[in-house]
Amino acid sequence: MPTQKTIAATGNTVVAEAMRQCAPDVMAAYPITPQTTIVEEFAAFVAKGRVHTEYITVESEHSAMSACVGASAAGARVMTATSSQGLALMWEELHIAAGMRLPIVMANANRALSAPINIHCDHGDIMGARDTGWIALFAETAQEAYDNTIMSVRIAENESVLLPVMSCLDGFITTHSIDRVQVMDDESVAGFVGEYTPANALLDLENPVTHGSFAGLGGPYFEFKKAQREAIERSRKVINDVGAEFSELSGRPFGMIETWGMEDAEVAIVVIGSTAGNVRHVARGLRDAGAKVGVVKVRCFRPFPFAEIAEALAGLKAVAVLDRAESFGAEGGPLFLEVRSALYDNAERVPVIDYIYGLGGSDVKLELIESVYKDLSDIAAGVEAPAGLVYLGSR
Amino acid sequence: MQQLTEIRWHARAGQGAVTAAKLVAETALELDQYMQAMPEYGPERMGAPIKAFTRISNVPIEIHCNIEHPNAVVVLDETLLAIVDVAEGIESDGVIIVNTCKTPEALRAELGLQGSTVRVASVDASGISLETLKRDMPNTPMIGALAKATGLFEVDPIVSHLTKTFGKKFSQEIIDANIASVTRAYEEVSVG
Repeated sequence: MPTQKTIAATGNTVVAEAMRQCAPDVMAAYPITPQTTIVEEFAAFVAKGRVHTEYITVESEHSAMSACVGASAAGARVMTATSSQGLALMWEELHIAAGMRLPIVMANANRALSAPINIHCDHGDIMGARDTGWIALFAETAQEAYDNTIMSVRIAENESVLLPVMSCLDGFITTHSIDRVQVMDDESVAGFVGEYTPANALLDLENPVTHGSFAGLGGPYFEFKKAQREAIERSRKVINDVGAEFSELSGRPFGMIETWGMEDAEVAIVVIGSTAGNVRHVARGLRDAGAKVGVVKVRCFRPFPFAEIAEALAGLKAVAVLDRAESFGAEGGPLFLEVRSALYDNAERVPVIDYIYGLGGSDVKLELIESVYKDLSDIAAGVEAPAGLVYLGSR
Repeated sequence: MQQLTEIRWHARAGQGAVTAAKLVAETALELDQYMQAMPEYGPERMGAPIKAFTRISNVPIEIHCNIEHPNAVVVLDETLLAIVDVAEGIESDGVIIVNTCKTPEALRAELGLQGSTVRVASVDASGISLETLKRDMPNTPMIGALAKATGLFEVDPIVSHLTKTFGKKFSQEIIDANIASVTRAYEEVSVG
């Protein structure tokens, strides 16, 4: 079993620590708030010789992901980190990394997109990237950010997957708060992630290959996309297996969804990221008062755990989805669209309401969560409830 | 029995409130408590009013919202009293600890807390710091004052953590001066 040390550290510090322990061959990065301290602390590890990584300082995030794509195609284990506008500037290469089946691991400090300018947490950046073909894991706490980073390497590099993974943590709330975290010893992490053996390295001169070539004019572009779909479908099993193995090692749970109180819940809130803690805290209080409330936390958004969600929410009297991102003009936020779609094939119809909350770091007060559970109990009791999307706590 | 203590720090940027919030959290961890420490992020410039937060609990802390109803408020710079409502949202059995030469009674009047159950404490952290550290760094003495006024810690775990953490980057002379300032503030804080 690993030796674990309990430390006081920010989410970014333990993500940098996890990256050091996973020992990437290459990191190419550009700083952006609130991600900067990840690549800053990693650069310090490189400077002190605590990790032997080729650290490439680039002039933008577009270049950062371009360098990651090149290095990964060459056959290196590659990592980076970004946030918000930086993720947006990587747009082209996000698709290229996934299409070229490059197992790059990237931390994203979830932050609002301009305009207006805002440096605080929401999921607008990462949800906008949900169709780029990357696997996306979300952390509630600094601990989960550390754990997810390590698991991401194994998931990405699995030969039946070979897809890039984003490991997302909430900007400032998780990235910059000092929290109590258990970190493992270097040998245990190194043993868990193992050595990376690239399947189709450009630098393997004995077996020359081409990456990212032209596939139009009757070429296999369409089939490449189908292969990507099949790969991310296969990743479901890998994510669960890697999670189970990591749980065994660390003693900490992992599931694509993690539920609380769902055994006999009548109503539930579905949530992603740090707000899951606020919701569970409120739910505990309501349980103590006899209310049958539950919480479903989504820890893996891509691939989306449809079957798990459909099963967890089956037969409930009402469900609320908390979306920390917009999908303007859609029926609701990105999480709502997935959850309601997952429920479509269930025999019994469950009312689902979407709450857009916390955009640009707007504080997620416990009273707001209480008001959502109040709405749900009203629906369950047949009392009139909000129709359509709610902007939770907006002035 | 769940015991959650929420602390709000008021200071001017550069006075070390963020470090103090962190040191208190780390001390709590050494006592096997759960904790969070976070500054309030915004434009930062030396001398501007800032806030920082610490949560300490004997059970895991799940919440990630701002602290609106603190059990303790620590004010590192008394000139803030005129421009910031430091008592905002404080729990009725909470305590406000201010770096000042004034008495708790005078402070209570200045804060408009006559007749309130909120406790008010004062300590001359700047004076202590000038004597021990030879400069005005009120953050470490205010940790001592906070520990005493709230009963959160004895002075020993603070001293032991300071020795450990400061030992990595400061001379013995500076460590000793910090220990002296924490210990003096712990003894000298007066709660009214």
